[in-house]
Amino acid sequence: MGAGHAHRLYRHGHSPVHGLPPHTKLAAAFLFVVVVVSTPREAMWAFAVYAVLLASVAYHARVPAGFLLRRLLIEVPFVAFAVLMPFVAEGERVHVLGLSLSVNGLWGAWNVLAKGTLGVAASVLLAATTELRELLLGLQRLKLPPLLVQIASFMIRYGDVITDEMRRMRIARESRGFEAKGVRHWGVLAKSAGALFIRSYERGERVHLAMVSRGYAGSMPVIDEVTASGAQWRHALTLPCAALVVCLLGWFL
Amino acid sequence: MVPVTASLEVSGLAFAYPDGHQALFGVDFSLARGERVALLGPNGAGKTTLVLHLNGILSGGTGTVTVAGLPVGRQHMAAIRQKVGIVFQDPDDQLFMPTVREDVAFGPAAAGIKGAALQERVDTALERVGMRDFADRPPHHLSFGQRRRVAVATVLAMEPEILVLDEPSSNLDPASRRELADILRSLDVTVLMVTHDLPYALELCPRSLILSDGVIAADGPTGELLSDEELMRAHRLELPFGFDPKSVTMGA
Repeated sequence: MGAGHAHRLYRHGHSPVHGLPPHTKLAAAFLFVVVVVSTPREAMWAFAVYAVLLASVAYHARVPAGFLLRRLLIEVPFVAFAVLMPFVAEGERVHVLGLSLSVNGLWGAWNVLAKGTLGVAASVLLAATTELRELLLGLQRLKLPPLLVQIASFMIRYGDVITDEMRRMRIARESRGFEAKGVRHWGVLAKSAGALFIRSYERGERVHLAMVSRGYAGSMPVIDEVTASGAQWRHALTLPCAALVVCLLGWFL
Repeated sequence: MVPVTASLEVSGLAFAYPDGHQALFGVDFSLARGERVALLGPNGAGKTTLVLHLNGILSGGTGTVTVAGLPVGRQHMAAIRQKVGIVFQDPDDQLFMPTVREDVAFGPAAAGIKGAALQERVDTALERVGMRDFADRPPHHLSFGQRRRVAVATVLAMEPEILVLDEPSSNLDPASRRELADILRSLDVTVLMVTHDLPYALELCPRSLILSDGVIAADGPTGELLSDEELMRAHRLELPFGFDPKSVTMGA
């Protein structure tokens, strides 16, 4: 490892969080999100505590705040509609700065925004501390359907190959004087996309031949077995357990 | 003439694709253990079709293929696929796992080898192609020549009886070509090399077969075949400009 070729979501490091087996981290992130989502939206302080919990994980993982916040921007298009909710929702209304806002809508927007942001932050931390390859091993270990894991692993392997093919097709188009200027040119782009699809499909067939030639009979052989000790599990599950305590307090206080 | 321990024996092999296109019309040849043989032929001669018969991916025509005494057929397909290692033309098709190490491990792992024995296989195979330092790299970050060498390693890891290479020299720069040639020469397995790179065939293979229109049109020492201008013309095989097979001295 350490060849400087990792995915750009990943942040190379040797922190205690990096060192945890991938499946424990996956399970922890998943449980954390479940706990966050089941917290009542009125317990605003609980969400602040969750944020502090994530911040402490980030601190231990030596992921800088700037890196984390920049990656959080991915969320923007998804929560855009949350911003609209106070304007369009029904029910009791309040007036702020001359705008009439729905109370229900405000709560709804807060709910989506807070839970969404915490979920994305947890995923960003997971991605920043776990290599893609390891994530796949983790999913395999957590007994996700093998077909899904295989599909994901082929996506990672061939994503670059297909992007490269797309780039070559674009250069070939442009070398012959093509410029996509407007709607009239969409036909050409659509045909390129079609050609790319067929090429990828045919590559799929060739890859399958190569796999069958090496004895593939429907299931991937297990090459790397990942294991976790009890202590590692306990470490990883500290986050969701702490969150669970907060969540329960949120319900009963 | 046929040696007792033939690595590969093909007899009377004929095959037509489901769309009716007949690609092979009765192919006969045999390779002795340890031989390096080139299979030459123009585009569309049926070379790829023949290769896919060697490990039973295509079947259903007439004739038989025998690998080290084992007939290619449904009953021992796993054994056949372990014995016949095919290196396909495009290494991006051949290398489908996320890292070089896992890719090389794929074949032996599919055959049920685990743990230290698996690691040993992977290390040896990568060592033989000089790619051991690249074990943890993803294949798409290697150069084309390196990918081709890893593709050879993925097959060597299965310890095959016969190594079949489809256009091994295509897209390689001269240095990678030479490196691959050195690797192939250093291996002690039977090699069948499908190519229309005639100088490469002459360099590596003492014996050649010419496949043309679905039959073996000639079988003999590579130098002699390449020097027979009439034979070459009849089968659309052309030497590169300025290349004279008679002037090449071979170490074989």
